[in-house]
Amino acid sequence: MWSHVRTLWEVLKHTFSRNETVQYPEEMPYLAPRYRGRIILTRDPDGEERCVACNLCAVVCPVDCIALEKTEGEDGRWLPEFFRINFSRCIMCGMCEEACPTYAIQLTPDFELCEFNRDNMVYEKEHLLIDGVGKYPGYSFWQIAGKTIAGKDKGEAQGECEPVDVKDLLP
Amino acid sequence: MDYGWIMIVPVLGGALAGAAMLIWWERRLLGFWQDRLGPNRVGPFGLLQIVADIVKLFTKDDWVPPFADRVVFILAPTAIMAGMLMAFAVVPFGPGLHVIDLNIGLLFFLAMISLAVYGVLLGGLSSNNKYSLLGGLRSAAQMVTYEVFMGLSIMGVVLLTGSFNMSEIVRAQEDVWFVVPQILGFFVFLLAGIAESHRLPFDLPEAEHELAGGFHTEYSGMKFGLIMVGEYLGVILVSAMITTLFFGGWLAPGFLPPISILGPELEGVFWFSLKTTFFVCFFVLLRAGIPRPRYDQLMSLGWKILLPITLINLLATGAIALFIAEGG
Amino acid sequence: MAIITVDGQTFDVQEGHNLLQACLTHKLDLPYFCWHPAMGSVGACRQCAVIQYQDEDDERGRLVMACMTLAVDGTRISIEAGQAKEFRASVIEWLMENHPHDCPVCEEGGECHLQDMTVMTGHTTRRYRGQKRTFRNQYLGPFIGHEMNRCITCFRCVRYYHDYAGGDDLQAFGSRTRMFFGRESDGVLENEFAGNLVEVCPTGVFTDKPFSQTYTRKWDLQSAPSICPGCAVGCNTLPGARYGLLKRVHNRYHSDVNGYFLCDRGRFGSHFVNADARIRRAGVRAEDGVFEEIAIEDASVRLSEVLGQGDVIGIGSPRASLEANFALKSLVGEDNFVAGVADNENRLNELMVSIYRESGAHIPTLTDVEAADAVLVLGEDVLNTAPRVALALRQSVRNLSLEMATNAGIPEWQDAGVRGHAQDALNPLFIASIAPTRIDDIAADTLHGTPDVLAEAGFAIAHQIDSAFVAVELFNDVNNFVDAAVKALSEAKRPLIVSGTGCGSAALMQAAANIAWALKGRGGEAALLLTGQEANSTGVTLLGADLDLGSALRKLSTGDVKNVIVLENDLYRRAPAASVDAALDKADNVIVLDVLETPTIERATMVLPAAAYAESTGTFVNYEGRAQRFYQVFEADGATRPAWRYLTDAAKLAGRNDLRWDHVDEVVRACAGTDNLKGIQDVAPTADYRGRANLRIPRETHRASGRTAMHAHLNVHEPKTTVDEETPFSYSMEGLNGDQPGSLIPYVWSPGWNSNQSIFKFQQEVAGSLQGGEVGVRLLDVSANGTGLQNRFRDPPETDSGSTTADGMRLLPLYSIFGSDELSGFSPPIIERSSGPQLVLNPGEAHQLGLTVGGGVKSPGLGSFEVCVSSEMPRGYAGIVLGMRGSINVLPQDAVELMPDPSLKPKRPLDVIARGH
Repeated sequence: MWSHVRTLWEVLKHTFSRNETVQYPEEMPYLAPRYRGRIILTRDPDGEERCVACNLCAVVCPVDCIALEKTEGEDGRWLPEFFRINFSRCIMCGMCEEACPTYAIQLTPDFELCEFNRDNMVYEKEHLLIDGVGKYPGYSFWQIAGKTIAGKDKGEAQGECEPVDVKDLLP
Repeated sequence: MDYGWIMIVPVLGGALAGAAMLIWWERRLLGFWQDRLGPNRVGPFGLLQIVADIVKLFTKDDWVPPFADRVVFILAPTAIMAGMLMAFAVVPFGPGLHVIDLNIGLLFFLAMISLAVYGVLLGGLSSNNKYSLLGGLRSAAQMVTYEVFMGLSIMGVVLLTGSFNMSEIVRAQEDVWFVVPQILGFFVFLLAGIAESHRLPFDLPEAEHELAGGFHTEYSGMKFGLIMVGEYLGVILVSAMITTLFFGGWLAPGFLPPISILGPELEGVFWFSLKTTFFVCFFVLLRAGIPRPRYDQLMSLGWKILLPITLINLLATGAIALFIAEGG
Repeated sequence: MAIITVDGQTFDVQEGHNLLQACLTHKLDLPYFCWHPAMGSVGACRQCAVIQYQDEDDERGRLVMACMTLAVDGTRISIEAGQAKEFRASVIEWLMENHPHDCPVCEEGGECHLQDMTVMTGHTTRRYRGQKRTFRNQYLGPFIGHEMNRCITCFRCVRYYHDYAGGDDLQAFGSRTRMFFGRESDGVLENEFAGNLVEVCPTGVFTDKPFSQTYTRKWDLQSAPSICPGCAVGCNTLPGARYGLLKRVHNRYHSDVNGYFLCDRGRFGSHFVNADARIRRAGVRAEDGVFEEIAIEDASVRLSEVLGQGDVIGIGSPRASLEANFALKSLVGEDNFVAGVADNENRLNELMVSIYRESGAHIPTLTDVEAADAVLVLGEDVLNTAPRVALALRQSVRNLSLEMATNAGIPEWQDAGVRGHAQDALNPLFIASIAPTRIDDIAADTLHGTPDVLAEAGFAIAHQIDSAFVAVELFNDVNNFVDAAVKALSEAKRPLIVSGTGCGSAALMQAAANIAWALKGRGGEAALLLTGQEANSTGVTLLGADLDLGSALRKLSTGDVKNVIVLENDLYRRAPAASVDAALDKADNVIVLDVLETPTIERATMVLPAAAYAESTGTFVNYEGRAQRFYQVFEADGATRPAWRYLTDAAKLAGRNDLRWDHVDEVVRACAGTDNLKGIQDVAPTADYRGRANLRIPRETHRASGRTAMHAHLNVHEPKTTVDEETPFSYSMEGLNGDQPGSLIPYVWSPGWNSNQSIFKFQQEVAGSLQGGEVGVRLLDVSANGTGLQNRFRDPPETDSGSTTADGMRLLPLYSIFGSDELSGFSPPIIERSSGPQLVLNPGEAHQLGLTVGGGVKSPGLGSFEVCVSSEMPRGYAGIVLGMRGSINVLPQDAVELMPDPSLKPKRPLDVIARGH
């Protein structure tokens, strides 16, 4: 019984405590960079698309709302031919970002994704792709991967030796 | 002075407006107590929230489930509203400010508030849905339990006053509010009142966490609106009755001088409203703070604790009244 | 049976297996790399280390390589022992030192054996901080991509390509960490089975190039069991589709047919399904000769109207399903149905079936071919007409080495030991062919000549084995070959004769039959493999047709019959263009149901879009008479439907009550009423088959992604999944892929085993039968006591001396694995790999005619060809590679005149005839 009374008193005391409510939209709340909102595709530090169409985001997506298909650029990079996210299905769980091996797909603090028409919730690659690196400034997958692209020959990636001379039989 | 039938208009209007405002007020209060703001978007301070709600409720599909008992289903919310509003007829808002000054006013109140509970019961039964049925059953059991000592708990007041007339009861408190001699009666009436108006923590017929809305699961549109308003009318009614029966009704606290510029009637209304509002807020506080008990706990509280307390209170009050009557 | 104990559990294992085979047979998860079920063990990768204990009391044990240790009775090992696990984890760590950070951009990712093994051993963090060695990649042709950085030096590729498939242009180079696997220099991988490197390589060094262009991860591929439409072998395949396109074809294990390997035509030839030349809509030819699109329903109405106009000739097809052919035959009536094969080939097909039925010789599966200990290939260039047979023949010549190894106490799986012991010892394989073939390198002796010469040699062999068979007079240069072949075949325990319809010679097949009968008559075993030319050649032959194509075309050209329905067939490949033109000119209605825009389509009055094999369900009958069901893999774009459905719809509209079939199962049931085809009802379960928990079998893996996004650009509301009325499969990930019959395995996957290596979880024992039973029903199985001897053929061909006739050159049929097949000829990678129309002749005669190698040659009415020479070609004869797109498929009987064609620009100097000959 006493605990009930005490509860009531404790609740009542909140009459005089400060409200936590942020008066959105007049007042924009601070959202941390790691907030999980609208998804973007970022670019390498050198301005090329980061996404290599590996499909890992699509496969971890619990609501299967990512669809993409691989193509190959003239420079030898793997790229998504199309990259589609159906935000009307997306649950902003962030698994795609965790799965992304190239930091291409990132969730942003933008959560203002309302539309009157559900069709407008389907984002294609041109809607997703931004002209920046997002949260991970320095990373460039292609400088680490072993596959050759224009401007990065075999042996020129990070931590790679010169290509082997296969006809050399020296010990 | 007796304003008689004219009072119907302000009482009806006031009660309905109060109930409507209470919907907003409760949400604001809950907001504050939870460190939020509550509805503040529609109109100044969100005051027009209720208008928005009403517009919404009116424009909603007024749907009667095909499997429901149609007539009863439609009548049930009306019964709730009607019962509650009828009970307001005997509430004295100030000296002479009442719709009717029945000499069995208190009995009339008890009768009417029981009628409102029928609405809940019938609504639950007619919906023909297992959650609604469970809600209705709980409501019936709760009614049987709490009606008993609700009536008994205020018998002390009647004993002390010697009348069922509400105005008489108020006037009998000019020296000391009945909350003092009838402290036990007050507590029991308070709890019974909560139970009777299905407010938290005793909203087991509704119990949305377990029964998806209980007796009103199937209700939508303005029929749901009627149930909602009925519930808030109940809150106001029970608060008003507590004020009337235990806190001197329209009477100002004895140590304060009369507020002459208002005149006795308006001063009565002022004090009455102030006290009622206090209890309304207390009702909201209960909702904000106390969790819902289990159903068996509710029953055992009623039968094993409150009923004996009431009986003891009645016995003691009776004895004292008898003693005073004999000795004095 | 030996009993071994693994981590305290006892298992019955087969005597003679190694421990790895034993563990995998019992579905234990033991990592491995270099071992391959078809290639045995070499113990190179050190990945399958287990602890073996001396006896019951031994608690320490010692590390052994499971793949190199014989499973003898009482062996006690531990997979889980700490030391073994640590060792395996370290091995992976070493292998991964140089492995590039490529998984996201690697085609193998998601079905990579290296990924699986890395996860299985628990190596999760790279500790190595040094530099990684790198290699330059090579161009390996249109089929295979090369990414050497990823190599873990397991040697599987070289062991497969060189040791198993007999290719000599892929080798291991360099030493220690600089091991390089590739060609001496950039260039097309020559071997016709190179595509299997994709599946053999445990990681992404060799990848499927066409697949990579529109790449899809394995988990996203929708697939269903299918049968390769490329030739008469009927290899089991797993086509994978996504976004309405056929993405790739993988091998589907069949212990008796294709085992673990496909040929490159089968693997890369299926892209015709996505070709631009696909017919996607129905059309009728308007007054002005242009096709106008019409609705499928209207097309059916028009078709039914035509049916009401009296007799209709129905031309079936050996590349259409048995169901479609049967529906057509039922629709037009037996008298008007044509098998859709060139007349000569049709006679040969019928001869083939009758030989099979009457010879009493065993019809060999490819497993039987691999087990043969003496082989005579008579005429048929199997590498180009039934390629998978050639790979099996390559294995058959190894039986001697296996026997030698067994005698020396070396287990068969001890690959390096077996090869080292046997050195170059091979079983006898005799090849008699028109021109040198690409398997001549393993032949004990070869004979090249015209089909008649070869047939004569065949008859002589039969006669020498059993003098009851007709004798022939021989040319001198044939004697050695005949004597050697007779000796080898007579001494063999499991002799095999291989022939087929490819040479267009009945005598050749009769000779082959005579040899088999003679061997059989000796009281021994004899197997006779005769192959047709197309996926369903045997099927349409068994179905039977009263009319032959020539008569049917005559009926049309004389105006006896006004209407013709052509089912998935290009008549210009079946008969001389003039006779086809004459027939179609006269016909009122030429209704063509086809998959691709063939020249016949140009002459059609109405075209209906037929579903390709991967878009429909049906049955093919392979060379051994094995009926096998292929299932719809994906739903085709456009209006395409299985051909039989158009026919039954039209029949219904025309008021025909005998063709009221709504489902493929009903067609199959009706079809089983045909005498020859009784067994096809048992080929596979009907559409109402449900597995455990009453579940369908899923076409998609449980990991399939993108369901709510792949169609969102068209409509944000997801379409309802199609309910498949035709098959036990679902068009979704819902269902159970595990314990169904072997013919219903839509993809192989098992927890922890994402790569195709997971097939062992579906087998009774490694490289054994499927747990769900074998795939297909052999319709031709006859009792072993056959009536052979009474039916021997007695008419050896009249051979001329082979001199140049005055009026020109006689033509001989040659084939190319890349291009001779009609359907795969539309597949872009095959087109790239194929060499275009070629003509092969003797260099001396080429010189006489003023032809230069690599230059052009033309002949009136035949078109232009690239000139190739072979000193083995008989004088007076030119070989033409048949069936190439834009070229001829039916040889004229008469001699033709050849003249240089300077305008021809050969595609690429890549000769289809064996290099080095």
